[in-house]
Amino acid sequence: MANAQAAHHHYFVPEASKWPIIATISIFTMFVGGALTLNNSGIGPEVLGAGFILFVYMLFGWFGDVIRESEKGIYGQWEDTSFRMGMMWFIFSEVMFFAAFFGALFYARVLSVPWLSGAGSEATTHAVLWPEFLADWPLLKLPSDYGFSEAKDVIGAWGVPALNTAILLASGGTVTWAHWGLQKNNRSQLVIGLALTVALGALFVFMQAEEYSHAYNHLGLTLNTGIYGATFFLLTGFHGFHVTMGTIMLAVILARSIRGHFKPEHHFAFEAVAWYWHFVDVVWIGLFIFVYWI
Amino acid sequence: MSDAAVHHDHHDAHHPSGIMRWLTTTNHKDIGTMYLVFSLMMFFVGGAMAMVIRLELFQPGLQWVDPQFFNSMTTMHALVMIFGAVMPAWTGFANWMIPMMIGAPDMALPRLNNWSFWILPFAFTLLLTTLFLPGGAPAGGWTMYPPLVLQTGAAFPFLIFAVHFMGASSVAGAINIIATVFNLRAPGMTLMKLPLFVWTWIITAFLLIASIPVLAGAVTMLLTDKFFGTAFFSAAGGGDPVMFQHIFWFFGHPEVYILILPAFGIVSAIIPTFARKPLFGYSSMVYASASIAFLSFIVWAHHMFTVGMPLAGELFFMYATILIAVPTGVKVFNWVATMWQSSMTFETPMLFAISFVVLFTIGGFSGLMLGITPVDFQYHDTYFVVAHFHYVLVTGAVFALMAGTYFWLPKWTGHMYDETLGKLHFWLSTISVNVLFFPQHFLGLAGMPRRIPDYAVQFADWNMVSSIGGFVFGLSQLLFLAVIVKCARGGAKASDTVWEGARGLEWTLPSPPPYHSFSTPPAPASIDGGYR
Repeated sequence: MANAQAAHHHYFVPEASKWPIIATISIFTMFVGGALTLNNSGIGPEVLGAGFILFVYMLFGWFGDVIRESEKGIYGQWEDTSFRMGMMWFIFSEVMFFAAFFGALFYARVLSVPWLSGAGSEATTHAVLWPEFLADWPLLKLPSDYGFSEAKDVIGAWGVPALNTAILLASGGTVTWAHWGLQKNNRSQLVIGLALTVALGALFVFMQAEEYSHAYNHLGLTLNTGIYGATFFLLTGFHGFHVTMGTIMLAVILARSIRGHFKPEHHFAFEAVAWYWHFVDVVWIGLFIFVYWI
Repeated sequence: MSDAAVHHDHHDAHHPSGIMRWLTTTNHKDIGTMYLVFSLMMFFVGGAMAMVIRLELFQPGLQWVDPQFFNSMTTMHALVMIFGAVMPAWTGFANWMIPMMIGAPDMALPRLNNWSFWILPFAFTLLLTTLFLPGGAPAGGWTMYPPLVLQTGAAFPFLIFAVHFMGASSVAGAINIIATVFNLRAPGMTLMKLPLFVWTWIITAFLLIASIPVLAGAVTMLLTDKFFGTAFFSAAGGGDPVMFQHIFWFFGHPEVYILILPAFGIVSAIIPTFARKPLFGYSSMVYASASIAFLSFIVWAHHMFTVGMPLAGELFFMYATILIAVPTGVKVFNWVATMWQSSMTFETPMLFAISFVVLFTIGGFSGLMLGITPVDFQYHDTYFVVAHFHYVLVTGAVFALMAGTYFWLPKWTGHMYDETLGKLHFWLSTISVNVLFFPQHFLGLAGMPRRIPDYAVQFADWNMVSSIGGFVFGLSQLLFLAVIVKCARGGAKASDTVWEGARGLEWTLPSPPPYHSFSTPPAPASIDGGYR
């Protein structure tokens, strides 16, 4: 930027960009493909796949533009503050998305399952609907197996989930250590810290996949096993999806770090991904406590 | 950006022409215009559905459409009006006005801004396509209660994904507005000098970010219940259909304030302008808006008093609901106090604003009645509820949208609108909307249920009156369209200030304003603490 002063006094308003409309078209295509697939229409998966390819192309294009702008030094303090606010409130919206599923979990455990066995003023409900039903948590024996299957057991907290807790907490530590490296301009600490974090993230996802396989194949615990299976798989599934996204984001940051991007005083992208990673970490703590443990 | 001069002078920056300009624009005014045009289109699509509803209800018996299609119309009318007409209209106003009101060059995140808008036409393509799918459009009500909604045919996944998509648009728009207001204010524009429209929009943005993701979660659970065998809303698997209603209304109640808070902001801009007097109780307006927003998160179950809840729940939600009357009363009092002993003139925006104050208050009062648990048992799911929320949403939100449109149209286009046609539109709308909705109070109190295509003959007279009001109201809106088109095409040149009593940074810019509002921040002296 020849004229650094101009960048200082003028807020950067980007020129017209084709990426947002491509993003919209790609997501629209994926939604149409997904809906057709769910409706058992023949071409659904192909449409879904086409949308996904376009989506990935858009990610490279849009983030590519942003990275190039950032590396040219177009973003100053002023722009940086907008990005921080944007990321912060985006993460808050994600917190509220998880809150819906935690809400469902608490509602089922505290209210609807006990009501079905006659708690509160629901004695008649119990007597009329399923008089044999006894409230329990984890709920293995369902009020009725009509349309549902029953699991033999659930995943205990102190096996893989505890190990996964350790993995994620350690990855929170390594990403912070990488950040310290970046701040003191110790590039090898930055790269090693990020590489460790990506590895730990990938390990977490692998362990989670193993756990799902165990649940499906050995415990009979599936999406179809009543409210426990529903809350278990949706909560851990959306979390696992977020860990996967976070790992990919961290890998991008790692690749950029290897290429020499980021400066000790200018590295919002790193911080945004680190915030996201800590958010994923905190959600996991909630999951470990309320889904697996108590 | 090799040439710094290009960066320096955004006014002359190249932008694509034709359709590509609109598809790729990052300009807040272009995007604001697209939001407003889209919203107007959806207003007429949703309005056409309302006409079908009133046509069928003109007389008892099944006259024109089959009951399934009728139910599709009530469902789609609500979804289109809420997510397609009113919410995008507010975001359109925010896009146009907030950067100009706070002395900013543009929105904080311009590419995200483009994305927020362009999601909408695609989301509504998903939604409106369902009208042509096997099994028809969703017909279980816009609230999508299971198990009924799970009987939707091929439309079901399209409905769910459309809701996800619109939600993404709203959240992205809200994030952008928060970043803009907190980061791009001109020096000297302190928070307590912000125009109330900006204040009410920030509060709305927080409501959106906190509530829309919960809706996304709720509809995701519907999707997995339908297609992946989960038991969230099935008692047989330990879930509970009522749980959906709790999650939905945790979103749904903040949503109604999302629809009305920016209206409060617009009316708070218009009344002082035409009363030529500063707004009475500015800071109490800010605190009242924030209180309403807080309370909106702890009142959701007043939508479900009759569904069954522990007594303590019924009482808590009743008391919390009635509490909302306090900050709302503060607002109405302040508007009236602003007009008290002022020198008012009655141009079209002011007429709509005054009409808003009176008619929204009627809707507020019927809301109080509905908030009282024991009497809600009588009113629940009747036309009384329909009358209530149409008073707050049509004569509330939509009237404020019209007021705001007339108020800022000269600023946007550079031309004065046709005042005679505007006044005609106002009087036709105000009279017909009362003929349309006031009798629905009587129908509801007499026991006519919502969402039915046919009814007992005892309800015939008021339904016919209501339908006549509806047709007149619907046709009157063509006048609104005519005024807008005429104004956009030409007319008397508007001055910068437009209105004698107008105060605020947006009126210091030419009409129409330059492509980029404040490339350099306005002088702090031009930010007065006056008529806001």
